[in-house]
Amino acid sequence: MLTHLRRALVVSIFFAVLLGLGYPLAETGIAQAAFSHQANGSIAANGSTLIGQQWKGAQWFHGRPDAYTPMATGGTNLGPRSKQLEASVAKQIAAYKKAGITPTPGLVTTSGSGVDPDISPAAAYAQVDAVARARGLPATSVRQLVAAHVHGPDLGFLGSSYVDVLQLNDALSQLR
Amino acid sequence: MGFFLTIVVMVAVLALVWRYLGSYMVSVYEGRVRWLGFVERPLYRVMGLDPEAEQSWRRYATALVVFSMVAILLTYVLLRLQAHLPLNPQHQAAVGPALSFNTAVSFVTNTNWQNYSGESTMSYLSQMVALAVQNFLSASVGIAVAIALIRGFARRGSSTIGNFWVDLVRGTIYILLPVSFVFALIFVSQGAVQTLSGVANIHNHLTGVHQAIPRGPIASQEVIKQFGTNGGGFFNANSAHPFENPNGITNLLEILLILAIPVALTYTFGKMVGSVRQGVAVLTVMTILFGGWLGITAAAEHSPNPAVAAAGMVHQSSGNTVGKETRFGDTTSALFNVTSTQTSTGSVNSSADSYNALGGMGLLAGMMQGDITPGGVGSGLYTILLSAIIAVFIGGLMIGRTPEYLGKKIQAREVKLAALGVLVMPVTVLVLTGIGVAVHAGTSVTGNNGPHGFSEILYAFTSQANNNGSAFAGLSSNTPFYNILGGVAMLLGRFFIIIPVLALAGSLAGKQLVPSSAGTFRTDTPLFVGLLIGVILIVGGLTFFPALSLGPVVEQLSHGKLY
Repeated sequence: MLTHLRRALVVSIFFAVLLGLGYPLAETGIAQAAFSHQANGSIAANGSTLIGQQWKGAQWFHGRPDAYTPMATGGTNLGPRSKQLEASVAKQIAAYKKAGITPTPGLVTTSGSGVDPDISPAAAYAQVDAVARARGLPATSVRQLVAAHVHGPDLGFLGSSYVDVLQLNDALSQLR
Repeated sequence: MGFFLTIVVMVAVLALVWRYLGSYMVSVYEGRVRWLGFVERPLYRVMGLDPEAEQSWRRYATALVVFSMVAILLTYVLLRLQAHLPLNPQHQAAVGPALSFNTAVSFVTNTNWQNYSGESTMSYLSQMVALAVQNFLSASVGIAVAIALIRGFARRGSSTIGNFWVDLVRGTIYILLPVSFVFALIFVSQGAVQTLSGVANIHNHLTGVHQAIPRGPIASQEVIKQFGTNGGGFFNANSAHPFENPNGITNLLEILLILAIPVALTYTFGKMVGSVRQGVAVLTVMTILFGGWLGITAAAEHSPNPAVAAAGMVHQSSGNTVGKETRFGDTTSALFNVTSTQTSTGSVNSSADSYNALGGMGLLAGMMQGDITPGGVGSGLYTILLSAIIAVFIGGLMIGRTPEYLGKKIQAREVKLAALGVLVMPVTVLVLTGIGVAVHAGTSVTGNNGPHGFSEILYAFTSQANNNGSAFAGLSSNTPFYNILGGVAMLLGRFFIIIPVLALAGSLAGKQLVPSSAGTFRTDTPLFVGLLIGVILIVGGLTFFPALSLGPVVEQLSHGKLY
């Protein structure tokens, strides 16, 4: 028993150093040298393109109705027959209808991360007319802007196509 | 279309992984791989270990249990002391005693059930040294047990089944570490974060929005979390978080990393027992059951969400979007979560709790089968082999002949051990769920009403007793009741299967080979595949159908009703 215990301690300490410090620190060193933009969170001038933000007002494209608090990520975990889910979706639909937008399911439902940076292309196109109106821009040029920001599916088949809301709004702010 | 192409690519890559990783693992555990001998030899010397000296099953099991208990203790201590240790840029406080117990047990048993949110609880040191280290080691322990059982079948008249310490070390440094090292960098290149610089404070000049974004050494932990079928995320959102799983490419890689070892082990198994066909038979069973539950879950998630429909969103072309990331979509999300629940991984790229009733049932059912399709690293193979022994026993009863499996007579002792191993999980799940729904401490923290609330409790104990770690996360289970009962479930589900499996390995290793004859029931045929599938579905179905009826089945059938 004592032999087992001694071996368990030795091997645990050895691996704590190798796997717990050596491995992640080496990865950090290489990652910082080779991919420093990604390794630090893909941070652009107005935020991380991977972490969604709240966009208020008719002049911006809106993301999903997430909480966007990176300190407390996760979904709402409301089940498929939840009254609370029905109420929150109904509220979102009403708000979009009032703004003259017919929302897609993604625009009125929260994501898994709570910080989803993206919306579907359909969700972006649905907002084009309203955004163009609010900014006094021709709808066609706003629509072209959306089209230029449709990404994916990655490698043509992995997952779904998406529009990064921060990148789209960044470009929108420079559209004259 | 993209979904089917994803499946095709997945199958093609896994076929290669099965063949080459499978045979590499044979070489690793037979001691022929030695390129890290300069690390191994000094380590064995300090441990006072002769790597050639083998152990009886009892010594093997004792070493394994002692090692795991030491690991639980060390993890517990690190979590309790994190406030006083370095690498804590967010100044996280000490983790409480009940939560530290649950978390330590969770990571050492390869469960990775998480009653905490990483971003607001764990220091970098805790993530790296307490948690990620156990991601490696618990995985290596699981593979070691599977290898010991394989040796039991492969050897004749042997009193030993290998050396636990050597298997532990070799699995870690020759398999888990090199693959993780390479893939972590691929993940970073795609956008996964790997830094020690703490929180990023950003300011959006267009809107005035401020955001504090926690970061950390994420990619290095993410890769082993998947490859070791652990599942404990750096963040609460797990693989739905863009810093863990930034895009479709990493998403596919995560799925492949989960499946790599469990699938390849069936080749290792076949090769070591002298017939690759035996491994193919087991893999076929795994694949058929996996495909069935994937079909059900993907179809369910491609359907509209009833609550969203009731709110007025009648046309839901994109399936159930609740709790799903835009970049993954409905069916690819379902593929990820099915993969992770059928392998005892438990990571999620979408909220399982928000899946449609049948989708959630697909996730639950994979665990209720015992997480064997293809199951966790090592645990999937050794658990399905218990069912295989039950299957040949039933086959033997039908033809009135002493059953054999892989040339070994299966006698009373083996059947008893296999039955014990098969029964531990359902008994744990049903008894603890019964307690959970009977007491206020169990029912007061559900996040949903009606049958879904029951499903949350059932899911929690099913997940923990199977060492899976996936959750219907609406259950606020960071309470003393769930921390302690869950810890017990995880310990039972891990060690009370591992110990019978090692006893079985010892008993089988001592036997001589029975020459096969015309009367031998062959176990590499479609007939056996069908029998084994039948045994798994009947045992799982009879045990769990009543419980499933109260949860997802009722929920699916209650048309037009919201809770």
